[in-house]
Amino acid sequence: MVHGELWTVKEYFVYPNEYIYWTIQIVMYPFMTGLVAGAFVLSSLYHVFGVKQLKDIARFSLVFSFALLPVAMLPLMLHLQQPQRGIEVMMTPHFTSAIAAFGIVFTTYGMIVASELWFVYRGYFVETALALRQIGDRTVGQHFRYLLYSLLILGAWDVSEHALEKDERAVKILAGTGIPVACFLHGYAGFIFGSVKANALWMTPLMPVIFICSAVVSGIALCMLTYIVTMELRKLLYTWQRKQDPALPSGEELKSVETNVVIMTARYLIMFLILAITLELLDLIFRGYTAVKSWDILRSVIYGKDFVNIFVIQYGLGNLAPFILFLLPRLSVKRAVVGTMLVLLGVFMMRWNVVIGGQAFSSSFAGFMHYHLPIWPESMETFKEGLFGALTVAVTPFILFWLLNKVLPVFRAVNDER
Amino acid sequence: MISRRNFCKKTMLLVGGMALPLTAFELFDPNKLLADKTDTAPVRWVFLVDTKKCVGCGFCVKACKTENETPYDANVTRTWVERYVVTRDGRTHIDSPKGARDGFTTARVDIGEGRFEEIKGEDVDKAFFVPKLCNQCDNPPCVQVCPVGATYQAADGVVLVDRKWCIGCGYCVMGCPYGVRFFHPVYHVAEKCNFCYHRITKGMKTACVDACAFGARRIGNIKDPDDPVTRIIMTERVNVLKEEYGTKPQVFYIGLSKEVK
Repeated sequence: MVHGELWTVKEYFVYPNEYIYWTIQIVMYPFMTGLVAGAFVLSSLYHVFGVKQLKDIARFSLVFSFALLPVAMLPLMLHLQQPQRGIEVMMTPHFTSAIAAFGIVFTTYGMIVASELWFVYRGYFVETALALRQIGDRTVGQHFRYLLYSLLILGAWDVSEHALEKDERAVKILAGTGIPVACFLHGYAGFIFGSVKANALWMTPLMPVIFICSAVVSGIALCMLTYIVTMELRKLLYTWQRKQDPALPSGEELKSVETNVVIMTARYLIMFLILAITLELLDLIFRGYTAVKSWDILRSVIYGKDFVNIFVIQYGLGNLAPFILFLLPRLSVKRAVVGTMLVLLGVFMMRWNVVIGGQAFSSSFAGFMHYHLPIWPESMETFKEGLFGALTVAVTPFILFWLLNKVLPVFRAVNDER
Repeated sequence: MISRRNFCKKTMLLVGGMALPLTAFELFDPNKLLADKTDTAPVRWVFLVDTKKCVGCGFCVKACKTENETPYDANVTRTWVERYVVTRDGRTHIDSPKGARDGFTTARVDIGEGRFEEIKGEDVDKAFFVPKLCNQCDNPPCVQVCPVGATYQAADGVVLVDRKWCIGCGYCVMGCPYGVRFFHPVYHVAEKCNFCYHRITKGMKTACVDACAFGARRIGNIKDPDDPVTRIIMTERVNVLKEEYGTKPQVFYIGLSKEVK
């Protein structure tokens, strides 16, 4: 069977070779890079612009951004027909292609986040390594941790006030340079679509900007959600552990979700959400007003075939509903959870409607293609480009975050500072 | 100690002074330089389709599939034939079942999803066939978007794919407005018509040209003024497909109608 034939149904006249070639993984790719960029921008709000209320969530989102980073590459690898040759993009980039910049942008961004993390956590590394050194007979686990931290310190053992101050300054500079790079990382994902002149729905210079705005929206939403959920989980875990060991701090004593952090973050989310919707609507209105050759088929896709996906799920549930939820007075944590989940759904649907919606019509403008997501992985192809492949991509950052949290504790550091 | 003001001044002077002689050099394109010296490519392959001669038999599609080892039953093809039926109510019905590999054996029009539309003979205002193949564009978007340079344009204008280098990202497939590209079902890399490059470079005609009994398909060298194909393109009224994309397609059509997509 031809690649794409499995999940494509053609209606009316579609060129014989046309299928939906870019599927769920290409929906996941901008969604994941969007989360990376958004999480980073959120952390930078504290580090660069000194938004003090975001201090707690800033460290959290920086680590989370790092955990998300390798996952931005995963959907691409799952999508490639020849994944073993994927490295060629780095080795022999063909610079007239938007995808060729991937290697450079991706590694630059990775290095910035990694070094920023290092500066944020260096003090903690030294502290832990020194504490472990004091222990005379270390267990294997302790010894491993000692070696790991000593290695991570990279020889910079100086934790004098002056040195730590320097670290802070470095963090600020890195966070500052990171913002344009993060925007570029994601803006260029928008450029990949926006520059395809053969696709009437994709081709608009607004695409990179729309992508950046919705990226920040989704990144902030995911960070808020994960922050709230992990904080609550920790509380539960501690209460449970406390039954065995009453010496542990009680649930109330533990730092819990701070409503003012949530409210503050929600404010930034709303700001970017407004910007994203404005641009998207501008694009839509402009297309309708200019009504060039492709408008007939686009209209039947936007207002007909994809109406529910676009107007009900994306704009209604994903934008309008959370907009109201966040703006109603006395925002509670529970309401914020619902709101962030809806925002994530909205941004995911936006990616879906761009990627899948862009292939919902034939470039003959005389026919349609319908996409049927493969659910059960019967073969490697249906796994990779099906529901389970997408779920793998969605779950991996949380596993990575859990692992990273072992080395770069997000919460302990927060509590220690109090 | 140099003052800040002085430092800025001297830097500006240095940059300015260096920029001046640099303008004397012209950034040159090696290809252009080569072309100026000798015309290294005396050949530019072009294709001519006379839609008025096409009867929709599909022999060209069959020949192409066999010649180029595109799996015979796979629903992809390097070349195909489209049928256009314009009815009295102004509607255009288009189809190309299996790329017209077996020709058009029924008057019913394939409308996808396994459904067919019956069209009465008396309702037909006009009907015709249009063979399609890669346009070997002068400004190929597929070459532009390939992230690893696996697809490239030869000096004689034909766009080729390196099966050993293609990563299978599908960007070229998305970038082509004509829908000529697909993934090869066996090699799992981008695939397209290459004017039977292995044949034309050895003085033969393409498989589809040889298979066409009606002379609807012809291949020629536009750089040779005596080539009959060149003569027709230069002296008669010909058209190309989707000119608005700026791809500069090099497959020319005689008798193209406005309904053709």
